[in-house]
Amino acid sequence: MLASAHYETLHHLQGLSQNSYNFLWGKSARNSKVSTLKLIKLSNSGDGRRLRLRFGPGRKMLKNETNPHFSKTTRLPRKRFYRARAHSNPLSDSHFPVPISPCHVDYSLHYPQLFPSSDQTVHSKKIQFADIGCGFGGLLISLSTLFPDTLMIGMELRDKVTEYVKERILALRVENPGQYQNVSVVRTNSMKYIPNYFEKGQLSKMFFLFPDPHFKEKNHRRRVISPHLLDEYAYALCTGGIIYTITDVEELGEWMKACLEGHPMFEALRDEELEADPVVKLLSSATEEGQKVARNGGQTFQAVYRRVVPSL
Amino acid sequence: MEDGEQNKELEVAPALIAVHPTQDSVAVAVGSDLRVFNLKTGCPVQLVDDTAEPFHRDSIRAVCYGSNGKLLVTAGDDKLVKIWHTDGWSCICTVLSEKRVSAVAISNDGLFISFADKFGVVWVVDLDGFHDHQSLASKKAVPILAHYCSIITSLEFSPDGRFIISADRDFKIRVTVFPKETSDGAHEIQSFCLGHTEFVSCLAFVWDSDNPDGLLVSGSGDSTVRLWDITSGSLLDTCEVGAEAGSQGFQLSNGKEDECCPAITDLCAIPICSLVAVVIQGLSGVVLLSCNLSDKTLSITQVISIKGEAFIPTSMGTSSSSDELWMVAGVSSLQGSNSNSLARVKAISGFIKMKPDSGEVVATVLEDKDIPGGMQLLEKLQGSAEIKEEVVLAAAETLKTAMRNLLIKKQYSVEKREFRKRGRNDRKTKH
Repeated sequence: MLASAHYETLHHLQGLSQNSYNFLWGKSARNSKVSTLKLIKLSNSGDGRRLRLRFGPGRKMLKNETNPHFSKTTRLPRKRFYRARAHSNPLSDSHFPVPISPCHVDYSLHYPQLFPSSDQTVHSKKIQFADIGCGFGGLLISLSTLFPDTLMIGMELRDKVTEYVKERILALRVENPGQYQNVSVVRTNSMKYIPNYFEKGQLSKMFFLFPDPHFKEKNHRRRVISPHLLDEYAYALCTGGIIYTITDVEELGEWMKACLEGHPMFEALRDEELEADPVVKLLSSATEEGQKVARNGGQTFQAVYRRVVPSL
Repeated sequence: MEDGEQNKELEVAPALIAVHPTQDSVAVAVGSDLRVFNLKTGCPVQLVDDTAEPFHRDSIRAVCYGSNGKLLVTAGDDKLVKIWHTDGWSCICTVLSEKRVSAVAISNDGLFISFADKFGVVWVVDLDGFHDHQSLASKKAVPILAHYCSIITSLEFSPDGRFIISADRDFKIRVTVFPKETSDGAHEIQSFCLGHTEFVSCLAFVWDSDNPDGLLVSGSGDSTVRLWDITSGSLLDTCEVGAEAGSQGFQLSNGKEDECCPAITDLCAIPICSLVAVVIQGLSGVVLLSCNLSDKTLSITQVISIKGEAFIPTSMGTSSSSDELWMVAGVSSLQGSNSNSLARVKAISGFIKMKPDSGEVVATVLEDKDIPGGMQLLEKLQGSAEIKEEVVLAAAETLKTAMRNLLIKKQYSVEKREFRKRGRNDRKTKH
């Protein structure tokens, strides 16, 4: 498999390897289908070059009639054609358009059936649910039918993944007339631009499902739940609004819980409240990541908190 | 190679000026050099610094007097925040920052010093104990809020002290409730003031006796000055300073067709007449905006151009009661010039006679000999009694590039971005 799939890469390596390389095979913790090949240069450690290769899908599957990117049976886009890197740098400068302020968000682009005209700047109805780092959109799709009267949006930094979710929603709208009109997706860096999309107290639910763990301490500032970013989430959430977090990484689970616990504007939901909330069950079952964890028999760690008015 | 050049330009810092609230002294920072002139005694000030980290070692990026005039705070690229006592002009405390400092502010009650770093974190130093003249040697800063990895360009306390306002290069102005207990952090965001389409470069409050809470004005790289209601975050008025000054016949560039609009580099509210002085890249002079606090509008009243020499101010300062607006033009270091750390200082006078409605031209640029403190002041603050015009012009040009490199997002063409992505492994398997 190695030889056939990555002849080019190996060839490239041979070019490099006057020095001895040690090959280490490792399974990515997040995705068992994807194997990672790590190379660690042992001698001549001048620059300590380290390469990471990712295995893509086989090439023979590409042949398909009409639009190969869509499944013939379900007419939904196929995920394998929208593969992207598992991580994206949230610190880099963004090159996608960002609305100047929440009233510049064009609802007619996102929800064309509900907002036919784009001149409207004051909307009768505003987005209430935000799925931050929505990935392939599993949760949004489940929520859409569970809360048909609520506008919701997914925010995702990786452009190909956003493209997939966009196609998926469009296909679902065609397949199920009248449904899925309340969901949309946008490519953005939610760590920077939450205030550009939502007014103060606009949201009633925010979701942070299986975020990037960023294990290294120097990368903790890249985590999407952090004490300072929670201030912005508290700003966007209305009083009583709920923030849902879940992860399969124990360390991150503890971190997110500790951040929320330490914040004066969030309090934990009680067990019976968690039991009564239909959304809590979706956290581990609806998303692609959650299903993957369940398949592999993994453990999940969730933290669900309510936005409260800080006590003075 | 290109990167190396850029780094050098990045390190260029504008000369800064600050004026004591009752105009007892004027401070100018050029590079790592802090120069203070005492206007009361008419003498240059000899600074004393016995702290563990004596004097600044790298460019000073922020200079600020406390509103009671007892303190001066300086901070910059050497990650030091220095608190100077204005009585004996000694450094009473040096606070170590983890990152380079980009802005400082002192709360109106004089109890807190706040500074912001280039990673977007705002820190607070509690000055409790300072008034007993105890040693402040062990003062530590605590982080209270953060903009997500964005350079904070300006910090201000609201006149009533309830809010701390921070502006960043991501076009944002954040209004946060200043906490009672700073060690807990500032979690409650009052509003975001959104509307600028480029980095926000400067903030100021305009107020008068009828409107003690005042209104916030902000200047930006998008060439506009905007007026805000900080409680709601709503935009009250926009003044297209770049376009309007251009249409009044003032040339804003050096003749070359510039691809981007000239940025607003500094704002200064002049308390005695509800005016806002604005300096803009490429304009040899100052634009005066009048701010109508009851109608909540902002408009250009006058452009004061500097005649006889090119003088593009990099920073301005004024006291709360006196009649002069002080300006400085210069940079920390100029390449290819041995006249390092020179800066030109000028002052405009006559605001006290300017009535808000008359629009009469009264404010005038003072001749060097008429400046308070006279030639002795100029010698101290400028570094030399006479500064060549070329130095000032070159400084303005260097600074423009430096500001663009630091604060404006690099625009790559689609092709260039695709090219940069070509090495990515997920792209390799596609073809």
